[in-house]
Amino acid sequence: MAALVGVVTFPGSNCELDAVEAIEALGGRAELLWHGAATVGQVDAVILPGGFAHGDYLRPGAIARFSPIMDAVREHAASGGPVVGICNGFQVLTEAGLLPGALQKNRGLKFLCTTTRLRVETTDSSLTADATVGDELEIPINHFEGNYTCDPDTLAELQAEDRIVVRYLDNPNGSVDDIAGVCNAGRNVVGLMPHPERACHALLGSTDGTVLLRSLLTSALSRAARL
Amino acid sequence: MLFSVLVETRLRPGIADPQGATIERSLPALGFDGIRGVRVGKAIRFELEAPDETSAREHADEVCQRFLINPVIEAADITLQVVEPA
Repeated sequence: MAALVGVVTFPGSNCELDAVEAIEALGGRAELLWHGAATVGQVDAVILPGGFAHGDYLRPGAIARFSPIMDAVREHAASGGPVVGICNGFQVLTEAGLLPGALQKNRGLKFLCTTTRLRVETTDSSLTADATVGDELEIPINHFEGNYTCDPDTLAELQAEDRIVVRYLDNPNGSVDDIAGVCNAGRNVVGLMPHPERACHALLGSTDGTVLLRSLLTSALSRAARL
Repeated sequence: MLFSVLVETRLRPGIADPQGATIERSLPALGFDGIRGVRVGKAIRFELEAPDETSAREHADEVCQRFLINPVIEAADITLQVVEPA
C-alpha cells in the first residue's frame, strides 16, 4: 500500500495542490486536510504547505498555529509521525513550537522568488532519508520572511545534534549559518523554506525536489509498518 | 473595570530590521539629517475587561507572550489605561 500523506489547507494556503500533485507523481497517496478538522485521520505523514495562512496577519504562522488541526499535527509528531513544513508551513511549525527558532524578514527587504542551490547536511531526517550528505539540489524559494534566526544556544544545539537538514550554498536571505531547513530532536519534524514540490518535474526546471519528497514517502511507509 | 490596552511590539536587539534600515537610509535623501537608530515595530490596541489592574496586566501579558509577539524575535511594552472604573 502506498503511503498516505495529508496536506493541510489553511485559509490562504496556496501550494497544497502542488504538494498533492508531487506526492502522487512519486507514487504516494495524498489527501487534503482542512485546518478546522480535529484530526489528521489515517495519514502516515503530514505536509504543511506554502502560502499565506490567515493572510500572514500579525506574523506568518501566528494565527495558523491555533487552528484546530494543529493539536492533531502535534500529536502525530509526538508519536513519531513525519511532519514537513514547507515555506509558510515552516513558519507555522516554528510559531507552534514544533521547531526552534523563527523566520524573520529577508535581509535586503526583498520578496525573493528564485532558484537556490541547497546542500543536504544530514540524511537522518524524515525529509532526507533517501538523499546523500553533500547532495546539491536546485530548488526554488518564494518568500519574504525566510531569514532563519535563533539564539546562539539553540544554534549550537542544532549544530551539535546534526539537526541542520539543508543549507543554502549561496545564502539568499541572511539566514544564520546558511540554514534552509532544520529538524526537531526526534528528526521526524522538518521545516524548510525552499519548495521541493516545485522541483519535481523536468518541465518545472528541476527534479531535485523528488529525492526529498521520496524520502518523506519512505519515512511515512516505515512509520506505517511500525504501527 | 474596563481598560484600554496598548501593546507596542519591537524587534529584539540584534534581530535584523530591514524596514528600519531602509527608512534610515532614505532620510538623508529627503533632507532629514541627524537621525539614527530607526526601528520599526507595531502598535496593537484593544479593550480589556478585568476586576483590577493587576489581573488586567497579567491577562494582557499572557495574550502578548502567547500570541501577539514571537518571543524569539520580538519584545513588547504594555500600557494600561482605565476607561471605566469599577
